[in-house]
Amino acid sequence: MSELLEPQVGYLPHATPGRLTRTFWDACADGRLTFQRCDACRMIAFPPVEVCRACLSTELRWENSSGRGRLYSWTVVHRPVTPDFVTPYVPAIIDLDEGYQMMSNLIGIRVDQISVDLPVQVTFERLLDDLVLPYFVPARASDLTYPREGT
Amino acid sequence: MAQSHARAAIVGVYNTPQARRLEGYTPSTLAAEAVRGALDDAGLTLSDIDGVSAASAGSSVVYDYSLGPAWLGGQFGLGMLPEAIAAIEHGLATVVLIVAAEVGVYRDHASTAPWTRPENEFVAPWGLFTAAEFALVAQRHMATYGTTREQLSIVASTIRNNGSVNPQAVYYDRGPFKPDDIVASRPIAEPFHLLDCSMTSEGGCALVVAADDIARSAKHRPVYVLGAGGDYFGPAYRYPPSFDLAGRRGDVVNGRVGARAAENAFRSAGISRDDVDVLELYDPFSFEVIRQLEAFGFCPPGEGGPFVEEGNIAPTGRYPLNTDGGLMSYSHAGANPQMLQRAIRGAQQIRGDASSLQIPGARVALCSGGGAGALFNTIVILGDDRP
Repeated sequence: MSELLEPQVGYLPHATPGRLTRTFWDACADGRLTFQRCDACRMIAFPPVEVCRACLSTELRWENSSGRGRLYSWTVVHRPVTPDFVTPYVPAIIDLDEGYQMMSNLIGIRVDQISVDLPVQVTFERLLDDLVLPYFVPARASDLTYPREGT
Repeated sequence: MAQSHARAAIVGVYNTPQARRLEGYTPSTLAAEAVRGALDDAGLTLSDIDGVSAASAGSSVVYDYSLGPAWLGGQFGLGMLPEAIAAIEHGLATVVLIVAAEVGVYRDHASTAPWTRPENEFVAPWGLFTAAEFALVAQRHMATYGTTREQLSIVASTIRNNGSVNPQAVYYDRGPFKPDDIVASRPIAEPFHLLDCSMTSEGGCALVVAADDIARSAKHRPVYVLGAGGDYFGPAYRYPPSFDLAGRRGDVVNGRVGARAAENAFRSAGISRDDVDVLELYDPFSFEVIRQLEAFGFCPPGEGGPFVEEGNIAPTGRYPLNTDGGLMSYSHAGANPQMLQRAIRGAQQIRGDASSLQIPGARVALCSGGGAGALFNTIVILGDDRP
């Protein structure tokens, strides 16, 4: 039987948050998953934008996501993009309940238990002093495995 | 006034040697070899050229070969061909040189193509890279339609076997492969195993496009661009490669990228899918061929897997595929040569020059570049008759 997928440890490639994206990463450090919504047309934007992709308004407001969603697609990676990553890991596209998609990794599950539309829930892992990364865990198993105490 | 809309054709094509690491060349010497070869193939000289298309290297090529003043193209990959033809047909140039050559580009992470590394901060920390990006599209298709692992293996073994009999291929004499051999190779990013993935390699190529009056007196039979198209959803490797990513019109999603391009290409060509004799499809990963067969209308959505299982892409099938071995076995030589090399193979088929695997009587070839994992797809349909 395969092992439970774990968060990464140590250094990972990541950007220094910019003016537009700092709000998102600061919220992650605070345990909140956030997205933007256009004040003019109510369309959701993620990743963050300066200009609404639907109506070109510049009036965008941050909202908290429930952090709940379903697994849209995934891949079990055995050969990492750089040696920084421990394998296997599972890049995943998540359908958030609010109606947008984001990239993350699926953890807290065995690779042979993954299936499309799996209900998932966000969890946050502090990997570096300046990087708290949102991951997703199976919603129904989250109480048993993640989030860990103290994170 | 009769010349104001002169038609144009491909009159010269050439591939330099290709290799995983090409020794003894610099980018300049490799490009020069490609240009000499294509001009010789066309029976033309540098003095005949008054237009250049070489992506970001274009203006340097104009200077380096003393070609100025010359028209300068701005497109990339297969988009360079319809752009060059339009330039000639609108009188901006008479003979256009298209060249792409890449060598010495693999400095680190040696087996990941450097132009494919995600840089967006909402992708990179989760370990994305090309194989994973395309795998996310494939996995969604498999979950939705029941496309099987075996069907992916049929694509990969078909292409690799075509390359194994091509003496010009980087992986010449590597094969034959059975479908089971594909899944027996080590897993990379599921569903993809090593032999589902294109190689990384180096090489150059060039094409010469000329006005019809020059084309008709060229050394070889002119090859015409009957139709072309391009579909883009955004920059590659910066956003989640979702099958269902849609623009505001919503008519075609990213998982069908190329469908609009194909409709436009077939409409302007005035031909149907039945008229196509050979397919030279972009094959970065096995699944992408199945996806393109659906997007281009060779089979209905979700039926690409059964379509390849029925033998349609075999060398003796209805639509022989990637007859030189494609990106998996012939070469995957940098960001731009790999795209143009699909069109070069299509042109060779129409000229009857595809020695290692010539499809008898091939008159129409559909060539493509790009894929859903990279959010774009481009098409050219080549033929032996004037459009």
